[in-house]
Amino acid sequence: MPPPHPAPLVVSGLVKRFGSVTAVDNISLELRSGECLGLLGPNGAGKSTLIRSIVGRVNPDAGSVSVFGASAASPAACAAIGWIPQELALYPRLTAAENLRAFGRYAGLTGNPLHEAVSWCLNWSGLEDRRDALVRTLSGGMKRRLNMAAGLIHQPRLVLMDEPTVGVDPQSRNRIFEMIEALRNRGMTIIYTTHYMEEAERLADRIAIVDHGRIIALDTHQALIQACFPTSSLVIARFSAASPALAVWTTTHGGSLNDSTAEFAIDHPTDLSRLLDSAAAAGLELEDLALRRPNLESVFLHLTGRELRD
Amino acid sequence: MLQFFNIARIALISLRRDRFALALSFLLPIIFFAVFAMIFSGRGDTTPRISIIIVDQDQSQASKQLVQALTNDDSLSVATHPPSKDKASALPDYTAASAEAAVKAGQVPVALIIPTGYGLHPISFGPTQPATPIELLNDSSDIIAPQMVNGLLQKAAMTSMPASMAQQGMDLTGKNIGGFTPEQQKRIDAQMAALNRYASNPTNAPRTASAGSGGIIQVHSRAVVGENKPNPMIAFYAAAFGVMFLLFTASGSAGALLDEAESGTLDRILSSRVSMGMLLAGKMSFATFLAFTQLTVMFVFAWLVYRVDLPSHIPGFIVMGLSTAFAVAAFGMLLASICRTRAQLGALSTIVIMTMSAVGGSMFPRYLMPMAMQNAGLFTINGWAIDGFTKVFWRDQPVSALWPQLTVLVSIGIVLYLIARFIARRWDYA
Repeated sequence: MPPPHPAPLVVSGLVKRFGSVTAVDNISLELRSGECLGLLGPNGAGKSTLIRSIVGRVNPDAGSVSVFGASAASPAACAAIGWIPQELALYPRLTAAENLRAFGRYAGLTGNPLHEAVSWCLNWSGLEDRRDALVRTLSGGMKRRLNMAAGLIHQPRLVLMDEPTVGVDPQSRNRIFEMIEALRNRGMTIIYTTHYMEEAERLADRIAIVDHGRIIALDTHQALIQACFPTSSLVIARFSAASPALAVWTTTHGGSLNDSTAEFAIDHPTDLSRLLDSAAAAGLELEDLALRRPNLESVFLHLTGRELRD
Repeated sequence: MLQFFNIARIALISLRRDRFALALSFLLPIIFFAVFAMIFSGRGDTTPRISIIIVDQDQSQASKQLVQALTNDDSLSVATHPPSKDKASALPDYTAASAEAAVKAGQVPVALIIPTGYGLHPISFGPTQPATPIELLNDSSDIIAPQMVNGLLQKAAMTSMPASMAQQGMDLTGKNIGGFTPEQQKRIDAQMAALNRYASNPTNAPRTASAGSGGIIQVHSRAVVGENKPNPMIAFYAAAFGVMFLLFTASGSAGALLDEAESGTLDRILSSRVSMGMLLAGKMSFATFLAFTQLTVMFVFAWLVYRVDLPSHIPGFIVMGLSTAFAVAAFGMLLASICRTRAQLGALSTIVIMTMSAVGGSMFPRYLMPMAMQNAGLFTINGWAIDGFTKVFWRDQPVSALWPQLTVLVSIGIVLYLIARFIARRWDYA
């Protein structure tokens, strides 16, 4: 007997291979009602394939997806999911309102409900004054907003956003963040994929770090940082050149080295002077020094040994 | 100069990496050359033969000789009775009425009726001489066949009726010189007997090899189809060109599917309540509507400008228009589902549509093509559509006579749609 209030999304052991490439490698996760989960990972990590599997546009090789208790691609799941793809999936020769009406009808809306949904979407995306403008005449940011609105035309309960801010300017990005925060305030359950850590930090309740098709960490922002960096600060020291002496010195003090940049976690500010003294004693020429709090970038680097934007 | 080579090099690399476009660049001209060469060369056993019906009401020696000579002609395919499935029980010979009906139905372009009494004066050397004309019934949509048959008829007379020609010549000479002496008449009679013996043996009858026209046989031509139509070929060309451009429109319209796939719109649609089958069917409905509207506009134009009688043929036009539009819409869907990009669709549709149009008679009437090409035309949408429209507008046949065309075109539409749906599975899931 199914639970009375099934979770918005349950993914179990999902695997998807494209030839010899495993795009999604045994991913399992569960979303809580009303939460926003950030999927953070570099390009090619498998985020989009995971999203497309949930939407039912990718046939997984193994595993299962349940949307409010319904299997992926079932009519119930389709009705519950609002998918905002990375591409601008719009009709360029139709107006903003015509696009919304078209996708609303695809979703089964007609008559007054369709009319109200179009009005809500135009209002939510701030495109009321451009409702009769052809899509091809809209700015990049407006197209992005309309692309998001088209995914929400049928008032879904679970929204999947696949990098909705790709290619937009900072101002438009802020406008999009406000739109997403408005959805969160309405209690919508959201998955937000991005490779920008600041977006994940701002919007997500929990963050799943995805790399090579696997979720390598899943928790709240603070918990992830705390798990990787129990200490409070990071010291990033850049030296004039990479050398064996630098490698030995870094290892000795428990840091990690990337080319000529060494990174350390310290508990107290006094630890910094001790580090610098020992570097000078080892004959290392320091070029730049930074002290900062660890962030998701640091977590990703710590977990994978690579920069998030590699 | 360096930039010149750089630009050329980039173009070459781009072409080389688009293998489909590369293949088409070389295949397209070869395919067209081969198709048109086949149509116009008429080589080997595929030489076009004009089918005719001969009704010999006279049954005289002269008429039999004439029929035999025409039957032996390589350029003609002569029938004196309808074809029968059972060779043991041949159907009765054509009559003047059934021959005329066959021409009207488009079974043959020409019928010859040799009237009773023809043998008394089979040929004449001028209008002052008595002659019994042969009646030539023709379909005026075919402007070549009656002229060829007329020419072959004259030549057959020259070569197959030496006795009649000699007799006629002697009679004319005797009349002009005041008669022959008994000795001269005796020699003439001996020669005439020899000529009759020669002509009575069909194996000795010389085979005609090429067309000619002497006018020694009086022929009375009568168009039994299209004789009262103001513009005989306009309806044919409206259908012929209409179908060709319909095919282009349908493939272009179906190409929207590729645009949607490329932009991601297709994914978004398929993630909603719409299935691939539903989407294809919806697009095909629109393409059918568009094609039918196009045909309607074309025929209305032909009616207004060229006086093609559209108002009297509206039921037939609707039946043929819808079935043709349905078939071309499915054809467009199939091409779009096969291709990966708009560029591929453009190239492939050009090849297939031009080839189909050439073979199917959109550019050149099929009855003028070699038999093999005429038969190949039966595998094209153009061929069936043009046949149907010709039945409606040219032969004034009722809607019930359109069942073969309707059946074939609708079947083509269904089969092509099913194949397109099968191929479009690639869009169902990644």
